Amino acid sequence: MTVIDTARPLVQARNVHKAFDHLEVLKGIDLDVMPGEVVVILGPSGSGKSTFLRCINHLEAIQKGFIEVDGEQIGYRLKNDRLEKLSANGIAKQRRKIGMVFQQFNLYPHMTVLQNIIEAPVGVHRESRKDAIENAKQLLNRVGLSEKVDAYPRQLSGGQQQRVAIARALAIKPKLMLFDEPTSALDPELVGEVLATMRDLAKQGLTMIVVTHEISFAREAADRVVFMDGGVIVEQGKPEDVIGNPQHPRTQSFLSRFL
Amino acid sequence: MINSTQSEAAPQGAANFRDVATAHTPFRTGRLLLWLVIAFVVIDFGWIIAHNEGFGWPVVAQYFFDPTVISGLYVSLGLTVVAMILGVVVGLVIAIMRMSNDGLANGFASLFIWFFRGTPLLVQLIFWYNMSTLFPEISISIPFGPTLASWDTNSVITPMTAAIVGLALNEAAYMAEIIRGGLISVDRGQAETAEAFGMTKGRALWRIIIPQAMRSIVPPTGNQLISMIKATSLVSVIAMADLLYSVQSIYNRTFEIIPMLLVAVLWYLLITSVLNLGQSYIEAYYGRSERRNAGVAKVEAATGEASH
Repeated sequence: MTVIDTARPLVQARNVHKAFDHLEVLKGIDLDVMPGEVVVILGPSGSGKSTFLRCINHLEAIQKGFIEVDGEQIGYRLKNDRLEKLSANGIAKQRRKIGMVFQQFNLYPHMTVLQNIIEAPVGVHRESRKDAIENAKQLLNRVGLSEKVDAYPRQLSGGQQQRVAIARALAIKPKLMLFDEPTSALDPELVGEVLATMRDLAKQGLTMIVVTHEISFAREAADRVVFMDGGVIVEQGKPEDVIGNPQHPRTQSFLSRFL
Repeated sequence: MINSTQSEAAPQGAANFRDVATAHTPFRTGRLLLWLVIAFVVIDFGWIIAHNEGFGWPVVAQYFFDPTVISGLYVSLGLTVVAMILGVVVGLVIAIMRMSNDGLANGFASLFIWFFRGTPLLVQLIFWYNMSTLFPEISISIPFGPTLASWDTNSVITPMTAAIVGLALNEAAYMAEIIRGGLISVDRGQAETAEAFGMTKGRALWRIIIPQAMRSIVPPTGNQLISMIKATSLVSVIAMADLLYSVQSIYNRTFEIIPMLLVAVLWYLLITSVLNLGQSYIEAYYGRSERRNAGVAKVEAATGEASH
């Protein structure tokens, strides 16, 4: 961490608290993510890791603390030294530099693969249609699905759908990519192709925050592994330390189930 | 073991006999009998209708394309189209208001639906038609301030406007609930994805949610459209010269009540049949992402795995 002290973190989370009604899900999360860093968040179900990810692009509003992405506090702005809640459309603008990949893929089922990918670049980022199509085809090539341009999502396997979803998120040229359990809804034999795509992205220097249960992915692709349990960060560090030699008993017991 | 020895021992022909491709359907006497009975009833019924002079088929033929009937038909059709379009547009707005988190919008939408769905259409039509008794003048003015413009109510609320406003607002209340049902049926993840990609609410609705909601909105809307065609006949009570009103105006003169009603009935049936066809085309259009599934799935099986 000392090496990158001079750089400004792309994501800064401070003392993040979140509760659904009376159920406290996040109890004070602090996390900095540097540009180009790949952070994998591990933890048992219900540890709050997905919720934290969804707080980063303000799909969930937090109740205490703050989250900043690329120097902007998502969902709010400072006006005369007072923090003001932004309108829905104001938040929409801020989200445009963050790509997200969902557990259930969430491709638009009424659109072809190509239409899915160019929807946001053309409709939201005001790119020309021609450029967007060009870029979409390159991205499809990158995720190995060039021949599926005109297919509808229903005609694709889960792994293919998720790779299209990754291409769709990349199409907006995001500064930050959020992956919310991208392989959890896939059949075991389809997990590999999605992880391979994600590993490529990690190598290319994309800033990524990945919530997953794939320990092997964390070990190979992560710059840093964060272990969450009970709404707090229990332990974090290099993958070889956190996964190879966990210090905290809760990390140890969680990891022991995967060995 | 026993089975296998049996089949081995069986002559070659036996296997061929068991091939389902050679199966035939036995003659079903009961079914034939049923057909005969139904055919008899239908022919008898047709004979009765054809030989009952009261139906007055020559009169039906004579007046079918009568200019009065045709102009009434145009009025009914025009009224249906205009009221339906207004109803869908207002209904969409009401549906979105009804689903919003904003208490004011939600409350207004609920009140609108409660009122216009809760009172008979006929009463609403007569009410609009007699608006001038309540408000002799319609004016635009600053509340408690000066009047900017004003009109005589009777010149604004003609039978035509009363009919359009009455039908459209009533329709809007029903369409609002149909559209809301459709919007709710779309997976929550879709709205969330649109949100995560920085789409404005309007764009997310228009591009992502509504196209998917259409599949469950179209069938009941077809129903509504057909009800609307028939509901236009109610406007005859406010002296609007629609299809029913025009056949009435003829039989009031000629006393050929049944033949003239048949003219109207046949026209209504004709229109609704055409609409049924249109509906199935629209349904097929919005189901296209589903339908192509079968065709490409086979290609997929052949080429899909080779690619990765």
